[in-house]
Amino acid sequence: MLHVFRNKPKYATVRTTKADQEVEANGAQPRKNADQLWTRCDDCSSLIYNKELQKNRYVCHHCGFCFRMSAVERLQLLTDECMFTPFDALVSANPLDFPGYPEKIAHYQNITQLDEAILIGEAKIEGYSCVLGIIDFGFIGGSMGSVVGEQIARGFEHGIAKELPVVVVSGGGGGARMQEGIFSLMQMAKTAQAVGRFKRAGLFYLSILTHPTMGGIYASFASLGDIILAEPKALIGFAGPRIVAQTTRQKLPPDFQTAEYALKHGMIDGIVTRSEMKATIGKLLSFHL
Amino acid sequence: MPTIFEWEKPLVELEEKINELRTFVYEQGIDFRDELNDLERKADKLRKEIYERLTPWQRVRMARHPDRPTALDYIKMIFDDFYELHGDRRFGDDQAIVGGIAILDGEPVTVIGPQKGRDTKENIIRNFGLPHPEGYRKALRLMKQAEQFHRPIITLIDVVGAYPGIEAEQRGQGLVIAECIEQMSFLEVPIVCIITGEGGSGGALAIGVGDRVLMLEHSWYSVISPEMCATILWKDANKAPEAAELLKLTSTDLLKFGIIDDVITEPIGGAHRDHEGTGRQVKAFLRRHLSEIRKISVDELVNQRLERFRKFGEFQAKKLAETVD
Repeated sequence: MLHVFRNKPKYATVRTTKADQEVEANGAQPRKNADQLWTRCDDCSSLIYNKELQKNRYVCHHCGFCFRMSAVERLQLLTDECMFTPFDALVSANPLDFPGYPEKIAHYQNITQLDEAILIGEAKIEGYSCVLGIIDFGFIGGSMGSVVGEQIARGFEHGIAKELPVVVVSGGGGGARMQEGIFSLMQMAKTAQAVGRFKRAGLFYLSILTHPTMGGIYASFASLGDIILAEPKALIGFAGPRIVAQTTRQKLPPDFQTAEYALKHGMIDGIVTRSEMKATIGKLLSFHL
Repeated sequence: MPTIFEWEKPLVELEEKINELRTFVYEQGIDFRDELNDLERKADKLRKEIYERLTPWQRVRMARHPDRPTALDYIKMIFDDFYELHGDRRFGDDQAIVGGIAILDGEPVTVIGPQKGRDTKENIIRNFGLPHPEGYRKALRLMKQAEQFHRPIITLIDVVGAYPGIEAEQRGQGLVIAECIEQMSFLEVPIVCIITGEGGSGGALAIGVGDRVLMLEHSWYSVISPEMCATILWKDANKAPEAAELLKLTSTDLLKFGIIDDVITEPIGGAHRDHEGTGRQVKAFLRRHLSEIRKISVDELVNQRLERFRKFGEFQAKKLAETVD
């Protein structure tokens, strides 16, 4: 559901991947080189030299805002020497015969080089084996269709079978995959149940929310973690801020639906910076051996 | 003033004409039996033509008809007794969801459903049937209570969605929906969910994880409303009729997909035209499905429920040739 609510960037933003370029250019003229040298921070509006930003793992060095990163970059950031064995690849069908959906999938496969909006498999983090799933916002807003739902369910089932903890980074979980209609909605039940079975097996699930985690992903597996962490200033919530503003006709609090807001209202366990995320995951995994 | 849809107008006009003629015949004592029969036949034909060919969007509009029976209407029509229970024991009592204990065929059951209002005043109290987190927490509390006392659970679903408000977000709307879905999945009692009007996304699924999921003929169930879908696709909410086609959200589509188990047929012209008739239908379907799942052992029931949802989804294994980068 997220791409409805996603704020259209007002400024030149960082091109982390080819996907982002495509998504944001959206048929517009190719951007000039000068635009790609600098990025304006979504949060504090400072100008950041792109090379600097990349070196700083896409974190604004003025305010700490965490820009989106691709699933592959996230994998590199979190795993030990990229130790990762992916599950069998699945690709979307078109259950509603939604016009243009297969083309859309092909397009995003092409620009993200992913099969779907999720990267999932067995990984090693700080020496600990776990199942690691990462949602990629660059693939149709990181929305949950049948493939994402199935892979998440398989992730927890794999965790049960091998008695491994599960770490899911809802990195830009957009919410529903509108083109799959009711099938997208059913993934909320499927994934929530997979978490339920996993928890009943006495195993540990760490959910990490990154910018933005909204809608159906937030209202299912992402908020069912035994421990829930978030990156600073990540947008976290059910309904998008624009919808909330429209419906209530109220001025939204300045920190509305941020990770800090979620922490203040008791919805998450902690906020962890990008540079400390791997070590924090490792520590939490070590508590649950 | 009852709401009459534009596609019903010819029928309503004809029905009025028939009634006028009837009154005339009665008052004047003239024999117009043949003419009357003729008109009745014409009306029947028209009814069939109109209601058998409803578009998905027309069915969405029927599902939203202001005179459509609400949860409390159904409760009154279906059950012998009902005692309403209030509050989530955490924050408050959400009037947008009602719930309590009712008697069906002499046995207690727990009934829960979002409640829409009939007029503006009632709609304000009911928040237009849009629940807050405390509403879902109340629902979950009552479901757990049902499990404790081995009562079957019946949910009557008519909700556009969970309320998108500041306080709702503050109190964890997304989180509570996830909790409802997860915990409902493992309850050791039979659960029948009936979508009576609108089945709008997570707000509906939060109370929609059942052993049997039934839908009234003219109700809809999808991940997004047609208006919102149209806004995303074409930046124009007025194209909702087209979006309704694409989303495959009718009871007919969902039965074909195997997402629901049965379609509860409505009296001709829709539930709003005949509350009692609809109530009888819902009761008959509910009885049949409940008696079937009551025969299943509790462990098996939960297993089957999990299997039911586990299999939903359409995808393919990536072909081997393609995996070479």
